[in-house]
Amino acid sequence: MSSREDILGRVRAHLGRTESNATSGRAALDAYLKARPQGPRPRIGGDLVARFRAKSELLSSTVEDVATANEVPQAVARYLTAHRLSSQAVCWPGLAALPWGQAGMEVAARPATGSDLIGITGCFCALAETGTLMLCSSPDTPAAMSLLPETHIAIVPARRILAGMEDAWNLARAELGEVPRAVNFISGPSRTGDIEQTIVLGAHGPYRVHIVIVGGEG
Amino acid sequence: MHFKARAGQKLADVLLQENLGKAKSKFVGMRAKAIVEVDDFEATREAGKVLRNRALDDLDLWLEQFEQQATRRGANVLWARDGTEICRLVIDIARRHGVKKVTKSKSMLSEEAGLNLALEAAGIQPVETDLGEYILQINDNEPPSHIIAPVFHKSKEEVSALFARTHQRPALTDIQALTREAREVLRPHFLSADMGISGGNFLVAETGSVALVTNEGNGRMVTTLPKVHVVITGVEKVIPTLEDLATLMRLLPRSATGQSISNYFSLLTGVKKPEESDGPEHLYFILVDNGRADMVGGEFAEMLRCIRCGACMNHCPVYQTVGGHAYGWVYPGPMGSILTPLFTGLENAIDLPQAATLCNQCGVVCPVKIPLPDLLRRLREKQMERRLRPLKEILALKIWAWVARHPGLYALGTRIAVRYLKWLAHDGVRNDRIRILGMATEWTRGRDFPAPEGRTFRELYAARKGQA
Repeated sequence: MSSREDILGRVRAHLGRTESNATSGRAALDAYLKARPQGPRPRIGGDLVARFRAKSELLSSTVEDVATANEVPQAVARYLTAHRLSSQAVCWPGLAALPWGQAGMEVAARPATGSDLIGITGCFCALAETGTLMLCSSPDTPAAMSLLPETHIAIVPARRILAGMEDAWNLARAELGEVPRAVNFISGPSRTGDIEQTIVLGAHGPYRVHIVIVGGEG
Repeated sequence: MHFKARAGQKLADVLLQENLGKAKSKFVGMRAKAIVEVDDFEATREAGKVLRNRALDDLDLWLEQFEQQATRRGANVLWARDGTEICRLVIDIARRHGVKKVTKSKSMLSEEAGLNLALEAAGIQPVETDLGEYILQINDNEPPSHIIAPVFHKSKEEVSALFARTHQRPALTDIQALTREAREVLRPHFLSADMGISGGNFLVAETGSVALVTNEGNGRMVTTLPKVHVVITGVEKVIPTLEDLATLMRLLPRSATGQSISNYFSLLTGVKKPEESDGPEHLYFILVDNGRADMVGGEFAEMLRCIRCGACMNHCPVYQTVGGHAYGWVYPGPMGSILTPLFTGLENAIDLPQAATLCNQCGVVCPVKIPLPDLLRRLREKQMERRLRPLKEILALKIWAWVARHPGLYALGTRIAVRYLKWLAHDGVRNDRIRILGMATEWTRGRDFPAPEGRTFRELYAARKGQA
């Protein structure tokens, strides 16, 4: 007997599975998958952008606002200069057209390597409940961009800030049809508390996450 | 060696006691703060319990659904009865893809299987990348002492000495600098490994995905960079929908480390498209039994709800005093005292069900409401039935049970006993403490036994009733 049949066979025996209750069980399963009921959710009222900003800062991310996408490069350049960081960065292909050169930055649209210092991404959406970015992988939005570089810059359109994770799943179903290979929820810089439960930022991923919200004011 | 003997050693270990003292209650305080952010944490716990039960009540069907979806997205779903089979499957996969080096994020199943030693024996280099697990690996494959904080028992000085010795670098004392050193040592491994191994916090049946909860980013590294990704996880980890995942994610990080959300939380589905620059080309799921399948539908089935947050051990007075290694196997604390006898045999974990005060701290904090003290008590009953306890104890309980069924005798016995104990407490100075109790000399070696008032509850009750 294969391990699969052995394991599933014992599970079925312990559950008292019969052909007829398997049929009704499958129908109930399909109905549940269709209904997808949500559990209790915290009330996230009011200004989602403000809540997202506040929660992100609690997670040790830094946040700033710009009115339009064209202002992003200037804002990023200012942030990098203030933190004495490199002005050379890599970004997702879709962000290459922003006026990086005018802001004095050198930004290449190519996959991130282990030695790139600054990685610039957008996001699929963001969650106000916890101050979390949701990134979906695709050929145009590779996952390593937000992981390998020491600094992660994330551009977040204000209208993509949702209340909670349930809303994000529904948006993904509506816009992408099915979940992509990798959905990464990112909540602040990488961290560890393994030694003496003392939190240190920058374990294996980025040391810092800087979020630029576009169109969130007024 | 059994829990009792190991616990004695751990209590006498001055360094360990100092380290445990420092670590104590950090997680407890952070959890207390984090759970109030959810408007109704109790309702969320109840929802977590209900949805885990839903999956377990039709586990075979949800596993089939998961397998179908995962396969549709290009993953291979394999099944393993036990640790030996896990090792064999992983080594087969590694050989098939010409793998020389494997990076691993934390997987308790790999601990159950002793996978690292098996990989080494097969000529494949395993590199643990969770900071805690890495520290243990370079310390001669020391076992973890906590399911989410593997080096809970170690001080930074010990880590510093270990790093200096292993990395041949000057000893650092600052935790931040030690973390940076580990990052620098492990980064080249991430970039050069041919295969990544991860555990799985949840399997989502709706989409055929694995959900991974990490903070360091190592989980993302090992599932993004190598060309092969192997997920090793228990068959009980399946949940129905992404909505259920959202509910559990309000419970897990808060219960584990007291975070509102973990730094990284990844939902991984299928293999990369040819035009993608990262992601694995090959994805394998190894769904493991190792004792789980036979818990389904039985009297310990509730334990299968466990989401491995560690809250029960963080809040356990016994764990906090003796540390994780005293429990002797992969899982420590209350959940370990239940899982170890069930996975390895009651006769092989002889006094683990006794390694608890039944104070119910664990039951109160469990995010999926597992009645841990009830399950521990049930295991104790099993031990009695199978005569796995010392004869003296079995006899004493039999006598106790007989007396308890005879109220007159019980009343007389307790009246004599409380007077005898009160008399024992007289030492000329005080009369409220018993220094040496003949029947429990080991107990009174470390502390005094509080003396009873001298009259039983029933006597006092009768007297008060008379007054009124």
